[in-house]
Amino acid sequence: MGSENKKYAVLKNNGSVGTAEIPVLSYNEFSSEVVTLLQKKENHCVTYFAFPEVNGLKFIAGIAEDTNHNIFVLSHFLPETKPQKLESLTPKINALHIFEREIHETHGVDFPGHPWLKPVRFAHNRANKSMKVNDYPFYTIESDELHEVGVGPVHAGIIEPGHFRFICNGENVLHLEIQLGWQHRGVEQTMLEKQTLLQRNIVAESVAGDTTIGHSLAFAGVMESLAGIEIKTQLDVERAVALELERIAVHTADISSLCTDVAYNLGANIFGILRTLIINFTQSWCGNRLGKSMIRVGGTNFPFTNENRIRLFKTLSEYEKQFVELAHLTYRLPSVENRFDDIGTVSEQQALQIGTVGMAARMANVLRDIRATHPSPAYEKYNYTPVVLPKGDVFSRFLLRRKEIKQSIAWLREVMDNEEFLFPSDTPKAELKLKPLSLAISLVEGWRGEICHTALTGNEGKLAYYKIKDPSMHNWKALELSLRNLEISDFPINNKSYNLSYCGFDL
Amino acid sequence: MIKEIKIIQHNGKQFIPDLTKTEVPYPFRGRPEISNEKVDQKALQNCCPMAAISVNPVSINLAKCNFCGECAFRFPEKVKFTNDHRLATNKIKNLLVKEGENHKIELDQSAIEKKIKTVFGRSLKLRQVSAGGDNSCEFELNACGNANFDMGRYGIEFVASPRHADGVVVTGPVSENMAEALRITWDAVPAPKLFILCGVDAISGGIFADSAALNRSLLKNVKVDLYIPGNPPHPLTIINGLLNLIK
Ligand code: SF4
Repeated sequence: MGSENKKYAVLKNNGSVGTAEIPVLSYNEFSSEVVTLLQKKENHCVTYFAFPEVNGLKFIAGIAEDTNHNIFVLSHFLPETKPQKLESLTPKINALHIFEREIHETHGVDFPGHPWLKPVRFAHNRANKSMKVNDYPFYTIESDELHEVGVGPVHAGIIEPGHFRFICNGENVLHLEIQLGWQHRGVEQTMLEKQTLLQRNIVAESVAGDTTIGHSLAFAGVMESLAGIEIKTQLDVERAVALELERIAVHTADISSLCTDVAYNLGANIFGILRTLIINFTQSWCGNRLGKSMIRVGGTNFPFTNENRIRLFKTLSEYEKQFVELAHLTYRLPSVENRFDDIGTVSEQQALQIGTVGMAARMANVLRDIRATHPSPAYEKYNYTPVVLPKGDVFSRFLLRRKEIKQSIAWLREVMDNEEFLFPSDTPKAELKLKPLSLAISLVEGWRGEICHTALTGNEGKLAYYKIKDPSMHNWKALELSLRNLEISDFPINNKSYNLSYCGFDL
Repeated sequence: MIKEIKIIQHNGKQFIPDLTKTEVPYPFRGRPEISNEKVDQKALQNCCPMAAISVNPVSINLAKCNFCGECAFRFPEKVKFTNDHRLATNKIKNLLVKEGENHKIELDQSAIEKKIKTVFGRSLKLRQVSAGGDNSCEFELNACGNANFDMGRYGIEFVASPRHADGVVVTGPVSENMAEALRITWDAVPAPKLFILCGVDAISGGIFADSAALNRSLLKNVKVDLYIPGNPPHPLTIINGLLNLIK
């Protein structure tokens, strides 16, 4: 396990390590190591958090190395007797801004040098309870020429709550700031308070309903790792099939809603209908259109049978035939191209700087795709080639979905042609014995991007801490940047082109 | 134009002609039925992650159940999930499914004011508020309006402002941070108005029922007009529930 320089432990995706094997560095060493690692292009930070231990706070940072499929785990301890103050790393590595804000909000640690330690989600267990969700300190500009537009938290339409504050010069948006936290339900706390495996599994399913499969896969990944269960590759392949179906379904719905926003009704309706085909298949497999109850730890209640395989083939060809015909027309419509092209652009440099992941990275020429860089056994057996587009505008995000759908269908076909689902997979485990004093990390490429779950156990294998990171944690910043110098009326198409998660962020 | 017509032709007829008569195919889990079979009641009760099962007599409380199916996997001779999607009701006690009693879940029509039927029967405009929802009920509420289900044909629609609305549909366990916004929205809806809880999270808090990050105080003071169980409820559960309330 231990690496040569002994500065950090090295894990693979879904791997675990004894907490004693993670060297505890001084903050100086920790920060210089984190900064050195993150200055390399192949590395990015997948998680960084602190949790209370006896007499102080333990800090854990997970840095993924995309070239060699490694995850470096670094650690640092801040005794409670010392001032709760650490020099901010954000000025050097901008992408860490949100993690430091989160640690500040939860534990009250100060990070001198951080541009602005704003609240992240007004979590129930935050250190400073005097500030309420309505007291968010928005950035403002004093000027007689400018005005502010506030939208939310409750929006028009069936959509989750968030508050958007625009600073405008006439129609022109100079700055957009998004305040979240309204959806905070105490997910991580509930994960610890619930005692049975199934209850926790259901919590994971509820992190973000549109990413039920993604988040529950990450949960299963850390649990199996901590329990030392090796699942069969076939089960991992079945899970990946569910994951790709989730991707196809939501991508299709997003294409449909982008069509709605340019008043292209044919696209809006028929892409919507095509999504129904996919989610109804998922329902016919596990009884739920969003895949709730599909993913369980150590096994499944809904093995992918040969009959499923035949039906999925049929569903896909029906879907694809119509999708291709319609997409062929939609993506060439002058009214669509005009509206989406060159609007809401995030440059490659910005995308890297703010640490975007998943689609928000790939649309801006940044290859971040866990399926290729930290593949689970299913994607090791059946390789997935990520789609990367150069431009970073709304049209790129619109196009990326089309291309990823195509790619996912090809991947599914390859699996179904080659994988023999001869024996049904095992049934799930009722309870698990987790290794004591260990840490496990799981990365899953959900349809939005990289999902990271980290779990730590204490003495006797009790769950001691659970950290969830939805891709939206990074990507909301990309939406804010997209809006700069656009007209305020460009907000809806930009917002939909990202379709980020409120509940996954607010937890 | 020809291309468009072709696309429509190839897509075929997708809308469901009669939403009140359609069934959802298995393995969809709708209304459970509990047999009189003798099983280890303690084990049955303990296998439920939502504390939805009580014993003597064995019953499942759909206000808490998230339809995970665990009880039916473990005790197939005792619990069976039918594909009956008609689960919505206006009386919370109707959500208690007892062993040996396999009747449908219905609305208590006598409890619905006549005004509701006459005023909203042909046009119902709703405001949706997600208060800690996980975006799954929201997903299905959106689906109610798509070309497959087309709830708009009954005059039921979601609107942008509470001032234009005849009721509020709540999803999510009502997070502390959304409690005030929800109350303001509810107060802004002119009377007569409907209060509808959609999904297990809204009805009982769901898996987050014990979380300290919730504030469900508003629910204590408001009369609920419709409970729509499920995690999330199927669009047909939602639509038929609404229709039975206003028609
Ligand atoms: S299906 Fe409902 S009653 Fe049965 S175990 Fe799951 S939550 Fe409990």
